Amino acid sequence: MAKTITIDGLSIPFEDGQTIMQAASDAGVYIPHLCHHPEFTPHGSCKLCTVKVNGRNCSACTFPAMEGQEVINNAKDLNADRQKITQMLFVEGNHFCPSCEKTGNCQLQAVAYHLNMLDDHFPLFYQHRELDASHTDILIDHNRCIFCTLCVRASHEHDGKEVFAISGRGINKHLIVNSESGLLKDTNMTASDKAAHICPTGAILIKHTAYQVPIGERIYDHQQIDQVSLNSEQVDHDK
Amino acid sequence: MTNKIRVATTSLAGCFGCHMSFLDIDERILELAEVVVFDRSPITDIEHCSIDCDIGLIEGGVCNSENVHTLREFRKSCKILVAVGACAINGGLPAMRNFIPLEECLNEAYINGMGVENAQIPSDPELPLLLDKVRPIHEVVKIDYFLPGCPPSADVFWKFLTDLIAGREPSLPYELVHYD
Repeated sequence: MAKTITIDGLSIPFEDGQTIMQAASDAGVYIPHLCHHPEFTPHGSCKLCTVKVNGRNCSACTFPAMEGQEVINNAKDLNADRQKITQMLFVEGNHFCPSCEKTGNCQLQAVAYHLNMLDDHFPLFYQHRELDASHTDILIDHNRCIFCTLCVRASHEHDGKEVFAISGRGINKHLIVNSESGLLKDTNMTASDKAAHICPTGAILIKHTAYQVPIGERIYDHQQIDQVSLNSEQVDHDK
Repeated sequence: MTNKIRVATTSLAGCFGCHMSFLDIDERILELAEVVVFDRSPITDIEHCSIDCDIGLIEGGVCNSENVHTLREFRKSCKILVAVGACAINGGLPAMRNFIPLEECLNEAYINGMGVENAQIPSDPELPLLLDKVRPIHEVVKIDYFLPGCPPSADVFWKFLTDLIAGREPSLPYELVHYD
């Protein structure tokens, strides 16, 4: 008999070694997340996937599923915390959706929509951050980086390169690229790299592809991220 | 007339796009006018708010001293104050100047800009002073509701106002919430 946990009262089967996130996703239960991606080692940094496991807060993307766990996921207080976390991500960076070409296809924005975030709540930082447009095919806009490290992991684990890393701590944390000049053009990154397509926000973009999908046909125009995420990530989990 | 709900509107550091979008409710404005009377607003050209406004709609962020005065007048006069659009909510496009020192902005526009003649930075005492940074309005006064969008669509205005006027807690369905 398969081992099970419960999520919001539903019985969810899991296999040994699976995280709560993996078990949930396989069973068609959405847990909000940004730094988690089924193809890569979990990082546990964005904290959006915080769930209550037997009464204690845990990151679903890193916490192993174990027989008999009672998990609370879709609860008012957890979603309120998730909304606050998302608001903090928005005020810490410079997320001007109307002038960002990722708008409509952006996971950060979609999670905010899903959590019914209508304002930023906190004072905005307006931190000055740089652009790196040096590469012929790829643009980095540090204003939109949320330090999820998906590009770091994709470059390392999938592309077999070490193009990205996170440097500094706390508020001084920032994304760096692996070249003496510090510019993306002097790395071995190419537009076909997984790392060029993994960013959940508009921080890493492929040049010359902006605004090709009209409003109304973008990923999150009519479908919420819970549905989109389950449809796309279940396939990855099943591999 | 006296029983009508008083609505005041203004555009601070905005482009009037939110007001234009509001007017896109088209003929529904007649229905609205049966229950609503416009107070201070670019639509009426009334200069100051009556003290008993019910709803204040604020477009745009806060970029100068006059914006601060206007916003405070609205807060004082309106029972319910609403941040309308991206600029009111996070500063929006005008806040893009926040990454450039104010002096550089002024020099670029009035001293070193292309085609500038008789270069001087405007300093007439009648002109409102610029703030060093453009701020969202919730950093200056308490805001009761937020309508995101650049601009929020006419349906957002309609849904919000009809909810509020009917005494319902306003709520926007998924398709009406967007930041762009």
